[in-house]
Amino acid sequence: MNDIAIELKNLSVNFARYSALDNLTLSIPKGTFVSIVGPNGAGKTTLLKVILGLIKPNHGTITILGKQIDELSAFDLGYVPQIKTLDRTFPALPIELVSTGLNAKWPGRLKKHDKNIVIDTLERVGAGNLAKRPLNKLSGGELQRVYLARALIRKPKILILDEPATGIDWIGEKDIHKIIDEYKSEFNATVIMVTHDWESAYHHADFVLLLNKVAVCFDKPEDAFSEDYLSQTFGHVGHKHEMLFSGSRHD
Amino acid sequence: MIDVFLQTFMLRAMLAGILVGFMSSYFGVFIVQRRMSFMGSGLAHAAFGGVALGILLNTEPLWIAIPFTILASIGITLLRDKTKLGSDTSIGILFAISVALGIIFLSLKRSYTADAFAYLFGSILSVQTSDLYVTLILSVITMLSFFGFWSRWAYTSFDRELAGTDRIKVTRDDYILNTLLAITIVVSVKLVGIILVAAFLVIPAASARLVAGTFFRMTIISIILGVISSIIGLIASYIFDLPSGATIILVQAAIFFISILIRRITIRESL
Repeated sequence: MNDIAIELKNLSVNFARYSALDNLTLSIPKGTFVSIVGPNGAGKTTLLKVILGLIKPNHGTITILGKQIDELSAFDLGYVPQIKTLDRTFPALPIELVSTGLNAKWPGRLKKHDKNIVIDTLERVGAGNLAKRPLNKLSGGELQRVYLARALIRKPKILILDEPATGIDWIGEKDIHKIIDEYKSEFNATVIMVTHDWESAYHHADFVLLLNKVAVCFDKPEDAFSEDYLSQTFGHVGHKHEMLFSGSRHD
Repeated sequence: MIDVFLQTFMLRAMLAGILVGFMSSYFGVFIVQRRMSFMGSGLAHAAFGGVALGILLNTEPLWIAIPFTILASIGITLLRDKTKLGSDTSIGILFAISVALGIIFLSLKRSYTADAFAYLFGSILSVQTSDLYVTLILSVITMLSFFGFWSRWAYTSFDRELAGTDRIKVTRDDYILNTLLAITIVVSVKLVGIILVAAFLVIPAASARLVAGTFFRMTIISIILGVISSIIGLIASYIFDLPSGATIILVQAAIFFISILIRRITIRESL
């Protein structure tokens, strides 16, 4: 039990007459990298929001690090949202956004001590030079690094990423995965990543959850990405499946 | 001319203008950043319903208008959250109901209702000491909210969901913000009028948004502009013999256009 980071039992979420998640049961071991893959509307983001405590399930239970959601500290979880949710009209600097990861509140004037920690973390993700550039002037890749710094600054036991590579070039994506992998190794953190990128899931994850309202499969990438499971999740996938398996894992 | 500003009625007007300028421009930053500019106008019209009921009941309109407008603000938030209709639609519905009720309340009052028209256009020069006390108490509460709630409201204004993941009770905080906003609007309505009160909330904050690089600076600049425009507007209204509420808003508008110029110059220099 102590080796389980997140445990879902018969978890269901309904919105009005629409079922977003149906009877999900799974255990995510501590220190593993889990990719959640599924088509649009499969309930991926809903599942993240349940884990983050933003949505209460209609049925079933969720236990995180052995605690109920209400007992969990916000600092146990580091969250990297989709960058497309950013309000670009809000006057803010990266240094301020990252400090919310440290203090869980929006800063007025930052203390020198906090400022130093924020800048160290930004440097760690290769964004030290962005500290005082207006947030609305950053590119997608730069923003993603800032959000990642915000999540990592609190040294969370569980890191949750919602499509972290969206809108980022190939090199940027590799960099972000390198930072995540290093963090995971250093702190034995559990990483949960929602992604549409099968290759990224295949190469980085220890386990893949194929989700389409129900858990179609929760297994190692080599087993989860079988044509049969993918077809159950996405419908017909033949050609894409062949492309995915043209390279070996961790290449 | 200086003697005029030492007269009691003018001192009261000046103090009331400064306090209303401070409160409106402080809450205005959240209104502007959350794209709820229509909320100010909606709650001001809700206040009209409360004022009309106060007049009908032959009591001080303020004491009826405050709970009436708070209820309207709670109604707007509830309607938005429970029906997913969106803020603008919820405000539009409550706005119309309140004005309709106000008209019916006034029609039920068979005698002359000059008070209602005073609330439509405001009368800062006729501010009474009791009005000033209410405004002062509310200003103290507003100042305290700066220490207790500013960072939470700011975080929610930036990203409601992200704030929620940090266990900030965003819905409860919304109700507190909207309640304080409702009281501020009712108090301001007596001074600047139902028609113009929304401008007090929006213009200083929008001007500050144009020149500030952080939300904290936006808040401070908005408050400074709100207070300064009240002082300049009141002095100008006396010198040129103009309605004070309208003059203050024209001063705010002038500051807004200056802010646009400053922003354009700053952007050009940074290129």
